[in-house]
Amino acid sequence: MNRFLLTRVSRSACLCAALAALLLPTVSPAQQANPWDKIPIPPLHAFKPHQPIRIELKNGILLFLQEDHELPFISGSVVIPGGSRDEAENKAGLVDLYSMAWRTSGSQQMDGDAMDDLLAQKAANIETAGDVDSTAVSWDSLKANADQVYGLAMDLLFHPKFSAAKLQLAKQQEATGIVRRNDDEGGIASREAAKLVYGANSPYTRQPELATIAGISVADLKQWHDRTLHGRLIVSISGDFDPAAMEAKLRATFGGLPAVTPMPARHDDFHDPTPGVYFINKTDVNQSNVQIIGLGTERNNPDVPALSVMNDILGGGFGSRLFQTVRTKLGLAYAVGGGYGFSYDHPATFRVVAMTKSVSTVDATKAALGEISGLTTRPFTEVELKRAKDDILNSFLFRYDTRDKVLAERVRLEFYGYPADYLETYKAAVEKVTVADLERVAKKYIHPDKLAILVVGNGPEIQPGLDALQMGPIHPIDITIPMPKRPAPTEKKQ
Amino acid sequence: MLKPLSPWIAKAVVALVALGGAALCSAQDPYLQRFEKEITVKVLPNGLTLLICDRPDAPVFSYTTFVDAGDVDDPSGESGLAHMFEHLAFKGTTQIGTKDWSAEKVALAKVEAANNAYEAEYLKPVGRDPKKLVELKKAFDAAQAEAEKYVIPNQFTEVAERNGASGLNAQTGLDSTQYYWSMPENRLQLWAWLESGRLEHTVPREFYKERSVVMEERRMRIDSNPIGRLVEQFLATAYVAHDYGRSGVGWPSEVSQITATEAMAFHKKYYVASNIVVTIVGDVDAKKDLPMLENYFSKVPGGPKPEDMTTVEPKQFAEKSVIIREATQPFYIEGYHRPSYRSPDDAVYDAIQDIMSNGRVSRLYRSLVERQQIAAEAQGFSPFPGEKYPSLFAFYAVPLPGHTPEEMRAAIHKEIDKLKTTDVTDDELAMFKTRARADLLRGLADNQGLANALAEYQTRYGDWRQLFLQLDRIDKVSKADIRRVANEIFIPSNRTTAEIDFQAPAAAAKNDGGAQ
Repeated sequence: MNRFLLTRVSRSACLCAALAALLLPTVSPAQQANPWDKIPIPPLHAFKPHQPIRIELKNGILLFLQEDHELPFISGSVVIPGGSRDEAENKAGLVDLYSMAWRTSGSQQMDGDAMDDLLAQKAANIETAGDVDSTAVSWDSLKANADQVYGLAMDLLFHPKFSAAKLQLAKQQEATGIVRRNDDEGGIASREAAKLVYGANSPYTRQPELATIAGISVADLKQWHDRTLHGRLIVSISGDFDPAAMEAKLRATFGGLPAVTPMPARHDDFHDPTPGVYFINKTDVNQSNVQIIGLGTERNNPDVPALSVMNDILGGGFGSRLFQTVRTKLGLAYAVGGGYGFSYDHPATFRVVAMTKSVSTVDATKAALGEISGLTTRPFTEVELKRAKDDILNSFLFRYDTRDKVLAERVRLEFYGYPADYLETYKAAVEKVTVADLERVAKKYIHPDKLAILVVGNGPEIQPGLDALQMGPIHPIDITIPMPKRPAPTEKKQ
Repeated sequence: MLKPLSPWIAKAVVALVALGGAALCSAQDPYLQRFEKEITVKVLPNGLTLLICDRPDAPVFSYTTFVDAGDVDDPSGESGLAHMFEHLAFKGTTQIGTKDWSAEKVALAKVEAANNAYEAEYLKPVGRDPKKLVELKKAFDAAQAEAEKYVIPNQFTEVAERNGASGLNAQTGLDSTQYYWSMPENRLQLWAWLESGRLEHTVPREFYKERSVVMEERRMRIDSNPIGRLVEQFLATAYVAHDYGRSGVGWPSEVSQITATEAMAFHKKYYVASNIVVTIVGDVDAKKDLPMLENYFSKVPGGPKPEDMTTVEPKQFAEKSVIIREATQPFYIEGYHRPSYRSPDDAVYDAIQDIMSNGRVSRLYRSLVERQQIAAEAQGFSPFPGEKYPSLFAFYAVPLPGHTPEEMRAAIHKEIDKLKTTDVTDDELAMFKTRARADLLRGLADNQGLANALAEYQTRYGDWRQLFLQLDRIDKVSKADIRRVANEIFIPSNRTTAEIDFQAPAAAAKNDGGAQ
């Protein structure tokens, strides 16, 4: 019943999480006599997602309260704007180290080890986390311990300690990740593909190195904390509580803080990758990881509803063109999929991924490229459109079928400045997408000549070689991990 | 890295016979009482168990079909078969995925004959005729192409997805195979048709292409992954007789030779109604919906529940080890044989795991990560690789740069020795018990997680209530139990170790993508 890191679990359907974002349709003749079409589908039971209470404090801090009395727990989080894209280039890894050492150091009143002991006895958690655009502290406990755990979490938020010893520990963990990063083929592929689009030193892709983490001090962590804590915090609580009492408690904690200082807007440059074939040699694998990559868009682009239908047709799941061709028809891959990505506040990437045995690298790449080009040459059909929309709309419910999901979505929309009814307007827009829309967005956004192809694989085994793609010279990428002048004890790896 | 472990960790303990007396205190558990009202169990005349848990919070449901057969049941020489069959279960039935089943059936029989002819020639120990082999391959490819004319690819999953299936997937373990997804509640009947249909009317559609897909899955999970390679060798070394030691995804020479005939024979033997539990959790009304569900699922073929494997791993009497020397960062794992989930000590193993591994307060974290600063991660976990049969209690550690597997081994052994010689503290034992209960409750929030857990407990104990009643057995774990069990199994002659030692590559390989 345990599911552990090392437990072998074979997933039949699953593509990588990154690929599985959407579901999809397929191409097959409509049949009248299908037995399943005779099965009645009654109207869905009435359902109104339970919206959290939203309170904006005078200082700009936002509170969300989501009552849920099913189980005797209360959990909460404070999201703080500012993440790894905002750290200095020569301190790459700062947010990683900060988010580890923040919690493990503990607060002025209680060090991290004592906090660990206390929480473990109560089966409670307080954790800190860092992401590309935010950091957060979150907590979770039985209702009976909720006041105490909230107090500890607030103490950690407002009076953190940042000890040198725990920073050192965090650096060791980070260093372990750095020296091991070339052991994982999939990790290499997704990381290096993103660099081809955003650039190697972009705020979105630059990676922590042994040298950059060495230069990070306790003072840096404190400075980061003090700077971001003045941002527009979003506090959210969910679980078994009385909303009036909880509101009073949160007002007492956050109401007296000075007016928030919003994060300055970012002005990053985004451009298409330099087209061509890129290669990384990894001799201990027998499967190539092929990434076809370009620039994507932002979620507020009005074409996103049509693009998400197009994605469903291209590479969302079992019925997608990519899955049907590369996996089902050709048997060339277990994991294949992808689409035109959109992020909330910056352009995402276009990405199609296929993993295939070394000898079929060229065949699988060509097949995947064929489906990408096919978006502009193989007309979309009404059948495909209908199926894609069914996929998206009939599973839409699962975006808000629990109170925690509703709360998380509201926090997300608020964080990125989207209207609270975004999901409803998005759904309405998907319903209106036509074949003509699909053709228009495919022409506008799909440019095979602007895409880069990255292959990570076992060079000597890849026969025919990548030159058989006939897409110009093959550009090797050096992924050697830079080692500091005073050699760290572990050997350098390829 | 330090997330709380799976909510279902704290699992059960004692064989069913031992349960009578223990039930008392948890019978008053408010959650067990609540679920008593919400859960309906019905064993159909064919032997299939339906379990419905009515939770109408949102108009959705999640289901799990739990088949009590996994890769440990693969016949000799056919490792990977259960998993291969799981892939087949997504290919449709006699009624879905085909343009004309009667014609397709004939075509599939020809595919099978052509494959048999090809493989007979291919596997000839002497006198293989290369020319004939080419011809037979051509005939095999032609037979497949002919059969494909009748296929509507992926229609089964397409219909499910178009009707809102979310999280559609399956997994094959050594002990069991599970199929699951979530759907809007107004598709319950459609789901019942789809799910009962694929249990009842499975066909060997596109089998040989799917076999190539499974080979890619093996390359991804095992061959091209350093930890995948290590663990496969670790298990193969730890076991000499029991099939927990066999590659679950299958040895390449075996999984690449599995035939559709073999897969269908596996289906006939193991996918009988008495070997299947189907649980549904969500906005389902047992009173109203049960007759409809019974109607569909009573068509799944009945038959005797297949016998469990009878091979018993002989007592290990010598320490064994695997050392992989390659250009990969170091890693260490070791394991000790332990009894199955039915052992009266099962909860004691859970206690050891929790105290040794759960979070930053755990002994291995505090010792290897925090105090000695030699590892980035260190944990013990059990049972591995399965739970139905005697399994392993394993420990692993990820060395920090500059530290070696040998240091991991010594540090882990030091912590194990402490367990053997000194009682754990009152605080540690209380912490384990408190967390087991809280984690169980946390897990109840999620329909899919609950559907999986109920199916598993219903299968393993014949009673879903054991999901809650296990807490009684957890409460009974004593310090003396922990010392006793540690002294019983954590001994050198019961140990298998496996490690990766970094070795620099001999020479720089060419880096040109196979160009010539």
